[in-house]
Amino acid sequence: MSYKIPMGPYHPALEEPYKLDLICEGETVIDAQLHIGFNFRGIEHLAETRNYIQVIALMERVCGICSNIHTLTLCNAMEGLTGLTPPPRAQYIRVIMAELERLHSHVLWAGIAAKLMGFKTMFMTCFELREKVMDVLQAISGNRVNYSMNRIGGVNRDITDPQSILRLVEALELEMGRTVIPIFTTSRTARSRCAGIGVLTTEKAVALGVVGPVARASGLPQDLRRAAPYAAYTEMDFDVPVQPAGDVTARLLVRALEIMESCKILRQALSKLPPGEIATEGEKFVFTTGTATARVEAPRGEVMYSVSWKEGSRNPARVHVRTPTFAVMPAIRWMVKGARLADTPLIQASIDPCYSCTDR
Amino acid sequence: MNLWNKLMCYSRRHSPWLFHMNGGSCNGCDIELIASLTPRYDAEQLGVRLEGSPRHADILCITGPVTHNAVNAIKTVYDQVCGPKAVVAIGSCPATTNVFIDSRTLDGPLNRHVPVDVFVPGCPPRPDAIIQGVAKAAEILAERAAKKLPIAPVVMPLVGPGCEGACPCAATTELKNEEVRA
Ligand code: SF4
Repeated sequence: MSYKIPMGPYHPALEEPYKLDLICEGETVIDAQLHIGFNFRGIEHLAETRNYIQVIALMERVCGICSNIHTLTLCNAMEGLTGLTPPPRAQYIRVIMAELERLHSHVLWAGIAAKLMGFKTMFMTCFELREKVMDVLQAISGNRVNYSMNRIGGVNRDITDPQSILRLVEALELEMGRTVIPIFTTSRTARSRCAGIGVLTTEKAVALGVVGPVARASGLPQDLRRAAPYAAYTEMDFDVPVQPAGDVTARLLVRALEIMESCKILRQALSKLPPGEIATEGEKFVFTTGTATARVEAPRGEVMYSVSWKEGSRNPARVHVRTPTFAVMPAIRWMVKGARLADTPLIQASIDPCYSCTDR
Repeated sequence: MNLWNKLMCYSRRHSPWLFHMNGGSCNGCDIELIASLTPRYDAEQLGVRLEGSPRHADILCITGPVTHNAVNAIKTVYDQVCGPKAVVAIGSCPATTNVFIDSRTLDGPLNRHVPVDVFVPGCPPRPDAIIQGVAKAAEILAERAAKKLPIAPVVMPLVGPGCEGACPCAATTELKNEEVRA
């Protein structure tokens, strides 16, 4: 006989409010239902009542983990409508911020995954390391979470001393390579807890249309930084790590390798940082009637913004957001089928869900 | 106050256990709360511990602008915390609903639903500020246990590097000023 185990919406194993109903037979999960909407703040509607400057501050607060990505995508879309092109230095600074954000997001995820594995030491190590990334972000932007770096036609703050930031990044890379990566790839605790659980096959991944690290861990080599480069990614040299296995270990490995790739991109961007303006100063712009979309590879996968504007208006007519978790979420159902009940918190965390983005 | 009460006050002040609740926040404050418990900031030196159950907790930390869906849960959890208890509102969201003001899916600010003792402002507040707020709440908790203090919310001062006029709030005011001039 099957029975239902409700988990959440306010539950210690969940970072955010959402509800997971697990339908079990004995210890085995046979199905799962996910209920979201506890974080619904109506941001898309609010955006229609804010002007073109306020909307950037509003969209930054869609998500506290990938706040920079949201403004970057929004600014990309608005630049499409106004015809402004940010100067090269601004494009590089955008890349640097995006990669630093990817770093801190992946390390954060590693920490939370370690906590769910019951590996508390690792959790503390990851968070200590994350503080070092936050130091770099704070040195650049002055803030720890909502950086407010992007604006239409450029960025708000310059990186005045790329060499000192570069030194911080090199120290970071050394530390990552010395602690986080080996522990996750070679530690028996981590391996025995993750191997072979929550498998998402390549066919299923294609059928569900998953994005980001989850897709790459199921053997799909997709990455917008490569496929549709934005900002200065055309000038960067990096690899897209792909793992064919599709289990939680593969997702762990993809994120661990991405951390190293991010460090590589950061080193290149900081050493090649071109001189010049950081924003199109003093240039007048008008919004043309129409819709512009922008896609960006966030730490969790593809974020898409579609912004509509009516000429002469100060407020957008419509801002539509599609977040990566929205695309990856349905895959949880196929991942937990047949898993043991005790593994489900780790499996559902392995997609790195962000329901505050998804609910908005 | 007898010796037993003194001992209880002392212990309340030195081992406040937290229950964290997300009332529709953007995750920024939640992550900073977790960061404040990790080695760099180490709130555990104050005896603070994050608990999984509200029934074990003394201090309720609430983040987020309180969405319609969260209201009942917040009230239930508040009732489940055993007294004496204190509530810390982390971030600007529970205090004023922040940038989400005017949203129709919100039922904030928080003090319309539960009595708040300490407001920690900031979007998000820095971990140092969160620890300061929790320490203040622990003080209130000890005093309340001793003599049933009435609730008078405390607003903590802002902590951390200033935004130096480069953040969007400054940009918006500048825009308004320019409009006024034009
Ligand atoms: S105060 Fe700011 S960081 Fe905190 S939940 Fe609200 S919007 Fe997010």
